[in-house]
Amino acid sequence: MKQLLAKLLVLSTTVALLVSCGSKDNVAPRGTDNVVSDAASKTYVKPGEYDEFYAFLSGGFSGQLSVYGLPSGRLLKVIPTFSVDPEKGYGFNEETKPMLETSVGFVPWDDAHHPELSQTNGETDGRWIFINGNNTPRIARIDLGTFETTEIIEIPNSGGNHSSPFTTENTEYVVAGTRFSVPIPQEDIAISEYKGKFKGALSFISVDKDSGDMGLAFQVLMPGFDYDLAHSGKGKSHGWTFFTTYNTEESNTLMEVGASQNDKDFIAAINWKKAEEYIAQGKFKEVPANYVNNEYSDETHSAVTKRLNKVKVLDPVECPGLVYFLPTPKSPHGVDVDPSGEYIVGNGKLSADLTVHSFTKVLDAIENKKFEGEAYGIPVLKMEDILAGIVKEPGLGPLHTEFDGRGNAYTTFFISSEVVKWKLGTWEVIDRQPTYYSVGHLMIPGGDSAKPDGKYLVAMNKITKDRYLPTGPEMNHSAQLYDISGEKMKLLLDFPTIGEPHYAQGIAASKIKSKKIYKLEENKHPYVAKTEADAKVVREGKDVHVYMTSIRSHFAPDNIEGIKVGDNVYFHVTNLEQDWDVPHGFAVMKARNAELLIMPGQTETLLWRPQEPGIYPMYCTDFCSALHQEMQGYVRVSPAGSNTELKWSVGEVDEE
Amino acid sequence: MRKDKIVFIVGVLLLLGLFVFPLWNITLEAPQYPDSLGMDIWITKITDHNPNDIKNINLMNHYVGMADIQLDMIEFTIFPIVISAMIVLGIIIGFTGNKKLYLTWFIVMILLGIAGMYDFYLWEYEYGHNLNPHAAIKIPGQAYQPPLIGSKRILNFNATSLPAIGAYLMTLGLVLTCIATFLPIKKKIEK
Repeated sequence: MKQLLAKLLVLSTTVALLVSCGSKDNVAPRGTDNVVSDAASKTYVKPGEYDEFYAFLSGGFSGQLSVYGLPSGRLLKVIPTFSVDPEKGYGFNEETKPMLETSVGFVPWDDAHHPELSQTNGETDGRWIFINGNNTPRIARIDLGTFETTEIIEIPNSGGNHSSPFTTENTEYVVAGTRFSVPIPQEDIAISEYKGKFKGALSFISVDKDSGDMGLAFQVLMPGFDYDLAHSGKGKSHGWTFFTTYNTEESNTLMEVGASQNDKDFIAAINWKKAEEYIAQGKFKEVPANYVNNEYSDETHSAVTKRLNKVKVLDPVECPGLVYFLPTPKSPHGVDVDPSGEYIVGNGKLSADLTVHSFTKVLDAIENKKFEGEAYGIPVLKMEDILAGIVKEPGLGPLHTEFDGRGNAYTTFFISSEVVKWKLGTWEVIDRQPTYYSVGHLMIPGGDSAKPDGKYLVAMNKITKDRYLPTGPEMNHSAQLYDISGEKMKLLLDFPTIGEPHYAQGIAASKIKSKKIYKLEENKHPYVAKTEADAKVVREGKDVHVYMTSIRSHFAPDNIEGIKVGDNVYFHVTNLEQDWDVPHGFAVMKARNAELLIMPGQTETLLWRPQEPGIYPMYCTDFCSALHQEMQGYVRVSPAGSNTELKWSVGEVDEE
Repeated sequence: MRKDKIVFIVGVLLLLGLFVFPLWNITLEAPQYPDSLGMDIWITKITDHNPNDIKNINLMNHYVGMADIQLDMIEFTIFPIVISAMIVLGIIIGFTGNKKLYLTWFIVMILLGIAGMYDFYLWEYEYGHNLNPHAAIKIPGQAYQPPLIGSKRILNFNATSLPAIGAYLMTLGLVLTCIATFLPIKKKIEK
């Protein structure tokens, strides 16, 4: 009997083990099998230590740019760029409202796709990062001293700023190619008149060497295709920029069929040095255009909108040698130039193979006028004359390629959900690793520059599904970090991202010189109060300007009376702190815009229009000190037309 | 020129270092200040060790009711005059080669040094004990006086007070004047 019991016990334990084992298998997310056992130690950054790289991931429809540390995958900052952000008051305070001004007024959102670091001699230099607004065509420049958006330029004659803003070797230009062709100038015509009447504008935005100031140098007026992505040449191909096209069929309906008929579309190669010559010779047309250029100053802590009304346009037909078409199969998405500048990888997203062109052969074909024909007056080269090689059947749906600087290329495949490593020159596939769910862009720090840091690769997935704990129908998108230092790629880490990350850029942390504070003595804001003695309230008709200061742990003034319903109250708050990471917030009850978040040494302005008489508390929103909760004050609002005396005070304790 | 004269005058001239380098340094370290806070004390002024340190020290100190660090003190007028006078006197004495005068100068200098340190102590005492009765944070029995020399824990801060380059140059100068005063005496004994 005892033996039988013992046997039963053993049996039931075994069954339990089997069952528990099985159920574990069912619960675990997919894709744990190719994670190497030392992954955790490879992404672990000890408390008190810094990450080796900054990674900048676009926020897609969030209109923001997020900053991560690599290899930890820790989120460091979200930089509002094209979208208002109540967390920081961006787009809500008076100083940054002009940043989101456009030719059609205030546009508080955008679809931000491709961050691009500034470069010197083809290498990332850590000065600025640019990013495109796809929807209302714009390019933003973010200063990497402050990690704030400091300039936004609108792109006229564009139907959607997608193939943008890929920088040239010394940041002479960032480019802004239109995704959608539209009539130029815009007009009210039948959509069926697409063919021939719609045009695509490729813009070259000049960037001032020292200040970073952007200006629209010129546009090239192209046939009515869709211009998808771009990359500028480097090394031997310096002076050229390459744009992929799809819809060379010029279809305007059911595009998934209409734009997928041609076996080959084009990579448009633009010789921008030639364009500069034509501009110098005056072979451009100056056409009317409405666009704005918004620039934020770290001295006045304010942005100013400049309105512009014309643009120089070059017509490729009248400018021989300016544009050539490189036939590339089939609906190429990414166009990526290797670190040497010789290989131009056309990622034909509907093609079974990966096509690589040789820049040397392109130049040779141009010199010998080996053209297949022309399209809209633009010479079309022969694919067999310019082909460097083909990566045969590498996967399904190639999108983007980056390089490790050791002669290897890495391409993402959307349909087959994988990153494939292959060798430049031999075109053989070396390794492939699954990404979990459809991958879009990938990023290697410096991977689209002349000098990649080929240590890590970040793959950005478009769908997350079971990578994280579920959060209802919507989940954050995911990025995946791979170690690419060896022959085989190793999956190290998943980390969630903001919005939908399209592209990303990475840079060694040592290259970035981040500011700690704004110097109070350099503050040139017109409404600055540099000491508490400067604090005051000034009435100018219905406008009331409060020159306010904040310091741990009080505002000056902290009591204001004599505000009336119907007034426009401008709280100009200067943060008197000069200590790293001691911002102060400012909020007033029932403010209908947002709060302020003011960095040390900075002045920001909140416009408040009180609706009803009463007493309104105001307070600091960013926990600043042991007495943060005491950092508060009151505003007395009297009815319109009353004659309450305007007065203000701080620290006057009633002795009675 | 006699060797001891040269040594004495060089020793005296090293006091000039006090006009070029800080005399003393006080550093405050706490976990939330990765770069620490510090001030350099010169014979003519007090300066930030890193930009805005004094402003930030004052900001922090006001919670416990400590007064702002005074940047214009009577010492900053007196000290340079005294040091200048001692340098001029020292050079004159150096040229006389008179060992008794050497010794007198040396002793006066030591006494001045002690007086200076006592003044510094009083300043620290005043600064650490004279608290605003309306301070937000009051800890019974707690004083905030930094150490005269060495390290001391003050609430969450580790306060360190140490001589700086100026003081080291002065010390070296005093050693040289001391050598100049006493070494030739040794020679006489040998003879």
